[in-house]
Amino acid sequence: MEFTQYVFYFFATVLVFAAFMVITIRNPVKAALFLVLAFFSAAGLWVLLEAEFLAIVLVLVYVGAVMVLFLFVVMMLDINLARLREGFGEYLPMGGLVAVLMVIEMALILSDGFGAGRALVPHPADYSNTRELGRVLYTVYAYPFEIAAGILLAAIVAAITLTMRRRPETKYQNPAQQVRVKRSERVRLVKMKSEKKP
Amino acid sequence: MPRAQDVLARQIFHFVWEDLMPLSNYLVLGAILFALSVVGIFLNRKNVVILLMAIELNLLAVNMNFVAFSRYLGDAAGQVFVFFILTVAAAEAAIGLAILITVFRNRRTINVDDLDTLKG
Repeated sequence: MEFTQYVFYFFATVLVFAAFMVITIRNPVKAALFLVLAFFSAAGLWVLLEAEFLAIVLVLVYVGAVMVLFLFVVMMLDINLARLREGFGEYLPMGGLVAVLMVIEMALILSDGFGAGRALVPHPADYSNTRELGRVLYTVYAYPFEIAAGILLAAIVAAITLTMRRRPETKYQNPAQQVRVKRSERVRLVKMKSEKKP
Repeated sequence: MPRAQDVLARQIFHFVWEDLMPLSNYLVLGAILFALSVVGIFLNRKNVVILLMAIELNLLAVNMNFVAFSRYLGDAAGQVFVFFILTVAAAEAAIGLAILITVFRNRRTINVDDLDTLKG
């Protein structure tokens, strides 16, 4: 066994363990923390595959943003855990059957030496994963990149619109009404006689 | 003619660092992750938060396959696709959690069994 193989098996073991804990643990907060561990291990494996940029992005975007959002929401909601745990193992035989079938199918395909003759071509010393990725992303996949930006914008607008709430007791200004106001609505000239001097 | 110790150093370097791991290792890992997340969806049918986390695991398994294939085929396009999947997954998580908060605000529960108003 070589060093990289030890690294692979270590990260893979941690990853599978963390994924198992995510789906079985009782507390959603702990599940989110185990999901963080899973993402970290996956990032390590991606570094091993020389996909450094994506590994960093996985840690920054996923662990740093998405999982913090998850933790935030889980801690904000007052979840009744006991009710959510009712009938936990009810569908375990069904789910286990599907899972075992999927793993067996994958193993059947791979056991025929799939990809065994595919030698890993080492990159030259001045190879930069980020530069290579950027070159492909901004030329061949420029339009999908723009669409991805559009999707993110739609997600921002949708998330804000969904969670914004109007309270009836909140006082706020209506700029349109403020602009449309006329002088006659604000100023009233009253004609009256001058009073006599005492 | 390279010096003998240079050749030896290079051989040691290749012995330690040269990656002879087959592609199938990564694919099996991806399959196990995918299967685990599907089991998670079956197990936690009532808890929407864990369901969303299982979907994230699902996407991670797919991304693992993409990155492995990209490295072994020497094609950066696979990593670009992982990039797009990450984008869509982030958007999906944000909108899903926003819907979750709205549901909780209106119904005071996130139990899937309680959300059956459309059943009539």
